[in-house]
Amino acid sequence: MNHTDSYNNKGFNVQQLINKLTDISHSENISKWDIGASFSEDISVQVDHGESKQLKGSQRNAITIRAWNNKGLVGTTSTTDLTDAGLIKALKGAKEASQFGNKNEIPDFSPLANSPIVQLNRPIGKRNTIKDLLELLKKAESDLLNSHEAISSVPYNGLSESYLERIYLNSAGAYRHINSTQSSIYLYAKCQEKGRKPRSSGSIRLSHSLDKLDITGCVNESSSKTLSHLNYSSIDTGKYLVCFTPEAFLDMIYAFGSIFNARSVIDGVSLSNRNSIGETIAYKNLSIYDNPLHQANIGASPFDGEGTPTSKICIVNNGILESFIHSEYTARQFGVKPTGHAGMGSKVSVGLDWLEISKCNQLNDELNYQHLNHNTYKDKFILIESLNAIHAGVKASQGSFSLPFDGWIIKDGEKVSIEAATVAGDIKYLLNNIIHIESTSKITHQGISPYVWVDNLSITGEV
Amino acid sequence: MNSLATQNAIIKETNQPFDEASKSNFESLLAHGVRSGADLVEIFYENTNNISSLAEQDTITSVNPSFGRGAGIRVFSGLKDGFVSTNDLTQSGLLKALNQALGMLGLDTVSTSSSKFKGLDELKDFAIRKEKWNSQLPSLDEINSKLLSATDLINKYGHKIQVRRCSYSRSLQEVIVVASDGTYSRDIRLHQTVGVNLLASDKDNISNVGRRYGTSDHPDDIRTWDTDSSIRDLCESGAKMLYADYVEANQKPVVLANKFGGVIFHEACGHLLETTQLERGTSPFSNKLNQQIANNCVTAIDEGTTKQAFGSMSMDDEGMNPQRTVLIEKGILKNFISDRAGELRTGNKRTGSGRRQGYSYAPASRMRNTYIASGSYSPQQLIESVDDGLYCKSMGGGSVGPTGQFNFAVEEGYIIKNGKLVKPVKGATLIGEAKQILPRISMCANDLDLAAGFCGSVSGSINVTVGQPHIKVDSITIGGR
Repeated sequence: MNHTDSYNNKGFNVQQLINKLTDISHSENISKWDIGASFSEDISVQVDHGESKQLKGSQRNAITIRAWNNKGLVGTTSTTDLTDAGLIKALKGAKEASQFGNKNEIPDFSPLANSPIVQLNRPIGKRNTIKDLLELLKKAESDLLNSHEAISSVPYNGLSESYLERIYLNSAGAYRHINSTQSSIYLYAKCQEKGRKPRSSGSIRLSHSLDKLDITGCVNESSSKTLSHLNYSSIDTGKYLVCFTPEAFLDMIYAFGSIFNARSVIDGVSLSNRNSIGETIAYKNLSIYDNPLHQANIGASPFDGEGTPTSKICIVNNGILESFIHSEYTARQFGVKPTGHAGMGSKVSVGLDWLEISKCNQLNDELNYQHLNHNTYKDKFILIESLNAIHAGVKASQGSFSLPFDGWIIKDGEKVSIEAATVAGDIKYLLNNIIHIESTSKITHQGISPYVWVDNLSITGEV
Repeated sequence: MNSLATQNAIIKETNQPFDEASKSNFESLLAHGVRSGADLVEIFYENTNNISSLAEQDTITSVNPSFGRGAGIRVFSGLKDGFVSTNDLTQSGLLKALNQALGMLGLDTVSTSSSKFKGLDELKDFAIRKEKWNSQLPSLDEINSKLLSATDLINKYGHKIQVRRCSYSRSLQEVIVVASDGTYSRDIRLHQTVGVNLLASDKDNISNVGRRYGTSDHPDDIRTWDTDSSIRDLCESGAKMLYADYVEANQKPVVLANKFGGVIFHEACGHLLETTQLERGTSPFSNKLNQQIANNCVTAIDEGTTKQAFGSMSMDDEGMNPQRTVLIEKGILKNFISDRAGELRTGNKRTGSGRRQGYSYAPASRMRNTYIASGSYSPQQLIESVDDGLYCKSMGGGSVGPTGQFNFAVEEGYIIKNGKLVKPVKGATLIGEAKQILPRISMCANDLDLAAGFCGSVSGSINVTVGQPHIKVDSITIGGR
């Protein structure tokens, strides 16, 4: 492979940026400000039957500035223009926007913005050329097409490499910086038997660098998953015993993340309220952690949008809601410390980072279900591989979902893909009607989870 | 009062190369690309100035101005293209990006061969007549006042209200498109959108309903927004859905309301008529031109010309005038939605549909204002024709997969029994397959109307409208409990 260059803090001259912002803030009479800024470089390729389809590259800067006025109100401006003129305009804009700042909710610097952060020491990949990526993706596509005669195309594919730098600065002297590299590949193949409908599935892999990217694993998984949907049939509408794959269960928990989100609680759009801590919200053997610093989290950051250090926190312990996730403001309202889950903006957002879902082994009330294993269980059940259209089918504030999914009906060890179906229900019901959590967990690109079994879920099949 | 109130004036502050004086710089870059062996070089310059505001309960909780500049450079060689975006707009920065794009295609950037580039055409400047908008747009004070009046009305008309929200977003985008085929066009686009949302709760019953309104190139948009009527409609839906039962899963006839009901055509058919999908081999309609693909009551159109509609434009993101494209006429497939790359790779003529979210996305063939044309029935006749079915008054979002399977959520539904609406239901998802559903659209009413929305796809999130009259689908799978 031809490494032509290396990535190494190419985006920002931080000292120069600090000096500029300090000068501008003095001249604009702004004594309190903070910024979040990012610089990225990306290259990516797509192919179609051995030919390059689209080749892309980009270089981007972005900065968000918050400024406090002399009444203590905050204004925010975002820009991609990091020239002197752009920074002046942004800082002035933030100051002017502060006149419309929310008097009832005034954010402050995080009290942890100067606390020590974990040194991630993640590898910085070497820079590759678009030609390198193209050759690798062509080969991956070819391997996938050659893996089975029924696989006719790989309509959705891509291989990319990116470099990202992110900083947080404030006028009280806080300074955070991280740079990272990431490579990713996705391969979604289409297969079809004569006279039958086309079927599709795929796989994704992420890594810190191209040379560590598991392309072969992606090809093999994409092939096996796609072929597993070749033999399909419709299913009857009804209530089923359902097993969620780790990917599907993680999707479900992220979709209802507002349950754990203090911002959503304050806004009145969470199923939880201020008094929910300590309540049983799920099956007793279920624990949920947010662990942004897990080694497998390729996009890990040691600090959030307000400069607060990130760390592993327990959200649900043995089915009991143990902690909300917080920004500086929400933490202040709840009388706790910020948890490192803030974004940056005019209204500071709060969000989950990288979930680690696990089984607690201390309870015995699932003895009746210990025989449930998605590989060996003989009676009829539905295995949900992935949930689709989550943006449309989840009503997080109501707790309801009605989601199309890809999956199989399994009976006597025979696995038949489901032609088209939806799963519908209520998240509280789902969490409390988990009957078994398998022992082995799987690491995915968005978190860790075991296979999770839920009984009596409504499935609608298409006739 | 301050520059935020007139912050759209930033458009006039833009430095080079956003005016005709930079023509020689553009031509220099394009000539360099062509000399290097490119069949076509295209540069998309963008300068944006956006603002959003959010009212929650009785307080403005967020005011968020943002602005940015950048360029996307695309190079074609044969059927291939390379695309590089940057926000380094210096001549050297643009040259570096262009060379990167050329290098992607293996083109020699030091070639000394003579250029076939003949220079840019005369500027087609759609922006000139729009510069006066700077003085016509509402101030933030005016906007915030309107938002707060809306949340106040939710309080007035709503039942068991827990959360009241009203948001405003304005995007002012100046673009210049230049290409080595002579294309030289400039435009200013104005998009404004208002979203209203309520959450009502009574013990274990919860309803969360919303509406979105949007226009393009209409500075007075929020001033002319009929707040009272919109909020009455929203609150009526919120109250009806608060105690609604969850829908039972089934396969039944459905009547889909007009306006946002058009999302069914958008997802079930529109995306599959984009040349992007033809190129991928993921459209079941790729070889169906001039064949019957829908019931003969269905005529469908995609256009970018309806005045002030959210998906309208003076030119597309490749500098081409938008057109009115008849996609389906009386059930027969007549045209695809095509852009420059689509024409090159599939042979379907461009339709002024090359669209992108911004400079960092390469354009792709995308829908604009897409709708099923009016039929001859009244909406009531459609409902009366159903013995046992579902009336979908308000739709949520949806999606379509790589094999043509589509789905979308029903936000507000009613059971139809013996031709009458009998009770509200919630939690329904409609799923189906495009090829199967289009022939089942058996009746179209005479009340075509459009609704604004956002569509996310390969070239980012863009403004579109969906639309239709009330339509009846003879049978569709209703996902529920």
